[in-house]
Amino acid sequence: MTYSPHTDADRSRMLDAIGVGSVDDLFVDIPASVQAGEWQIPPPLAEQEVRAELARLAGRNRIPEVSFLGAGVYRHLVPSVVAEVIGRPEFATSYTPYQPEVSQGTLQSIYEFQSLICELTGMEVATASHYDGATATAEAALMACRLTRRHRIAVSAGVSPDTRRVLETYCSGPRIELVTVPIDLAEGGSGTTDPADAGAALGDDVACLVAAQPNFYGQLEPMQELADAAHAAGAQLVAVVEPTSLALLEPPGAYGADLVAAEGQPLGIPASFGGPYVGLMAARMASVRQMPGRLVGATRDAAGRKGYVLTLQAREQHIRREKAASNICTNQALMALAATVYLAAVGPQGLREVAELSTIQARHLAAALEAANVAERRFAGPYFAEVTMRLPDAARRHAALAERGIVAGYLAERNDPALRDTLLLSATELTTDADIERLVSALEASA
Amino acid sequence: MSVTESLPPDTSGRGAAFSGAEGGDELVIVEPLIFERSRPGRRAVRFPLASAESRERAAGQPELPASVLRSEAPRLPEVSELELLRHFNRLAHLNQAIDLNFYPLGSCTMKYNPKVNEWAARLPGLADSHPFDPEGLAQGSLELMWLLAEQLKAISGFDAVSLQPAAGAHGELTGMLMTRAFHSANGEGEQRTKVLVPDSAHGTNPATATMVGYQTVTIRSNERGGIDLEALRAALGPDVAALMITNPSTLGIFEDQIGDVVAAVKGAGAIAYMDGANLNAILGRFRPGEAGFDIMHFNLHKTFSTPHGGGGPGAGPVGVSARLEPYLPTPMPVLAAGDPAEVLANARAGRSTQGARFALDDERPDSIGKVRSCYGNFGMFVRAYTYIRSNGGAGLRTISDDAVLAANYLRVKLRDRYDVPYDRLSKHEVVFSGRRQKRSHGVTTLDIAKAILDHGIHPPTIYFPLIVEEALMVEPTETESLETLDHFIGVMREIAELAETDPAAVKRAPISTPVGRLDEAAAARRPDLRYVFPAGADDGPSTA
Repeated sequence: MTYSPHTDADRSRMLDAIGVGSVDDLFVDIPASVQAGEWQIPPPLAEQEVRAELARLAGRNRIPEVSFLGAGVYRHLVPSVVAEVIGRPEFATSYTPYQPEVSQGTLQSIYEFQSLICELTGMEVATASHYDGATATAEAALMACRLTRRHRIAVSAGVSPDTRRVLETYCSGPRIELVTVPIDLAEGGSGTTDPADAGAALGDDVACLVAAQPNFYGQLEPMQELADAAHAAGAQLVAVVEPTSLALLEPPGAYGADLVAAEGQPLGIPASFGGPYVGLMAARMASVRQMPGRLVGATRDAAGRKGYVLTLQAREQHIRREKAASNICTNQALMALAATVYLAAVGPQGLREVAELSTIQARHLAAALEAANVAERRFAGPYFAEVTMRLPDAARRHAALAERGIVAGYLAERNDPALRDTLLLSATELTTDADIERLVSALEASA
Repeated sequence: MSVTESLPPDTSGRGAAFSGAEGGDELVIVEPLIFERSRPGRRAVRFPLASAESRERAAGQPELPASVLRSEAPRLPEVSELELLRHFNRLAHLNQAIDLNFYPLGSCTMKYNPKVNEWAARLPGLADSHPFDPEGLAQGSLELMWLLAEQLKAISGFDAVSLQPAAGAHGELTGMLMTRAFHSANGEGEQRTKVLVPDSAHGTNPATATMVGYQTVTIRSNERGGIDLEALRAALGPDVAALMITNPSTLGIFEDQIGDVVAAVKGAGAIAYMDGANLNAILGRFRPGEAGFDIMHFNLHKTFSTPHGGGGPGAGPVGVSARLEPYLPTPMPVLAAGDPAEVLANARAGRSTQGARFALDDERPDSIGKVRSCYGNFGMFVRAYTYIRSNGGAGLRTISDDAVLAANYLRVKLRDRYDVPYDRLSKHEVVFSGRRQKRSHGVTTLDIAKAILDHGIHPPTIYFPLIVEEALMVEPTETESLETLDHFIGVMREIAELAETDPAAVKRAPISTPVGRLDEAAAARRPDLRYVFPAGADDGPSTA
């Protein structure tokens, strides 16, 4: 299959105009010593053939019939209208809105996205998007270093392991030291960060404390106390949040977070084996000139018409080069649009229903497992929509259920050997009572 | 009073549409913000209620304490699905896009994004695949990633490829972190502190060097638009970590001294990094890995046709030579059981690969770590793989042939009206200069770009590369027909003519777009970055 429009006659006309005899003459500037040898790329396929191959690959995946897997990526309803909008070619096949007069659709939708993220988080300014929640968190932590001129970062062990690993990589660049604040992993413990531990880790050289609400294990952290501990040490609080939870939970702006980072995937974006997702970042207006990435602002044209432009670009790589706040250029604009459409589609009432149903089903799930004496909660205290359960012989039983198309959540020992025989189980509004019954009986049968 | 405020919303009933210069007065409609369409109690999507049994059983579990609950619901818009759809459809009408018209934005490779790629990315078996599903359930996703990496290796001549970076700049960051890991392993991590970057480079190159704690040293270009080899040799030394070079360069020129450049860099113990943004020009003609480069990032959203999405998502895989392979990000999709040649042959022939088993390899002790969550922008991998399979080896070569043909055609057809500071064979793009128009008639490149808008065409990249005065960077790509190219040539010649006869008319442009030139200085001086709810209307949504 080819997407070239040129006929042989077209090519001849162009070659004649250029004054060369063949296309090869246009490549004589590649010295013979470095010209490519033969390559092993298979021949072209017709559309029906390429579809057959991709269908074969899709068919090799087995999408579980029932899944309680979350661990940072959640199966929520993606309303049909979301795919409809982001599939529109005017959004999908445009690029960075450097020419605002012909990019108002993209620019206005980003301004709406920024506004929605501010409203959800209780913050004053939000960026146009980052690669994902993990890189948004890392960029927020580095921003805190610039703002405080300090060179260490404290991170709660309740932040997802994936995010902590990315944070570690980003910190290795400018050689910023990362200090991990433990969480209470004891049986029947809180599963959360002790503000006293956080306080102990924070010295006068620590730029920020990074903590997640809810945390990786689903538990609710004492964010106000953590914010207070950070501020007492002159550090900033970087709150890592799950966006649907903010329909119910206190917004980070209310407990004094200085920076907010989040994975926006739950807002209308499919799991898609890990991406594309969208990283959210929000901050206080006083810090805006240290923010990484694109920002859209409102302004007017000479006739007084309102319009939107990329703004405060003196922070960015194409203007500032080696002095830029970050090297980020291409972001995740189309995924930010998906989140924008999602939030407008569900509205305040719908988002609340999603959050409530998710947390009710998670509690229903935990209660059902406990009532059947199959598993028990690992931690005491409240959790949101994901619950950490102790299950004897978890790895074997998890594998046995997977064979039957049931994914019994996330095996916590994948990231922490101390958490053997522990499952992290997620519920969303898509989790039905029948799903819960199936999990309980399958686990009973696997004992 | 602004037009937005003086007009009732949507008087035309269809929003502003692009109809080119003939559009006239009907193009003044501006769509209000979604917040302004909100009415308490309206909604689009509904969710089921929790069952009585669920509520009852949940009640025995710990309640969310009042201390963590928010007191007021977020003021999200309340709109019906139809209003929502119309809002975004009207916004869509305000955008220029590849699927509407020519979009020769230099350095961005705005080629056609084939629709079969979208079909593939939406297959439920791929779109609903969870990144932490047990590997046994995700063999298709893992196989696709492995196959794509194999194809990218064959295309680039590198020994290994990581798909993890999310965009080109992210690939650069990955490459520079690997550079430092390599030097550190050789005991030279502290000593090598500088990264050399030509003056024609993308801004991401120096910005990336800074993120890794390197100091950027700029290397000047020579009068032919290539790197100044003597300046490069003088800058190289035991304190240099890497050279980051874009080839073909941002001038659209192939660096014909590339063999000497790579030899000099490696001779000085530094890493040779190639910015692969412009790979679209050299498929099948030049393989950077084969030519001795250590690292290159690909831009799947450029060369491999994944849609640009208004600014992303992209995907920026990195290819590396064998000596850098240990440092690649973790995890790597690997073929855990099976013969690679046999798997490739079966996949190529459309046969089952059921015997093969794929896995994620996280046991990489020298790895720089993870650069993003999970494994990369997988949806882009699906599209890029579909594209490579559709085109095949022969098609990929034709892509570069036709892209280069089109850029050279534009160069020769416009060089009498616009200066071409480096008038040599073009690769994927050609950089014109508007200096003649500026000096003789006071018409700047910005004015020319705005005048192009009035013809329904997206302007080229302007004022980049920095070493070209009044730069107009035109990348036509291989998917534009000769008629489109000729039309663009006509438009550009007409604007050059108008700059001479009526410069004021060019400076008035654009006149047919939904808004005119916007006051960017005011936007930066008084940042208005979010919607402010009107006073008195903050009773909150109807959820309480």
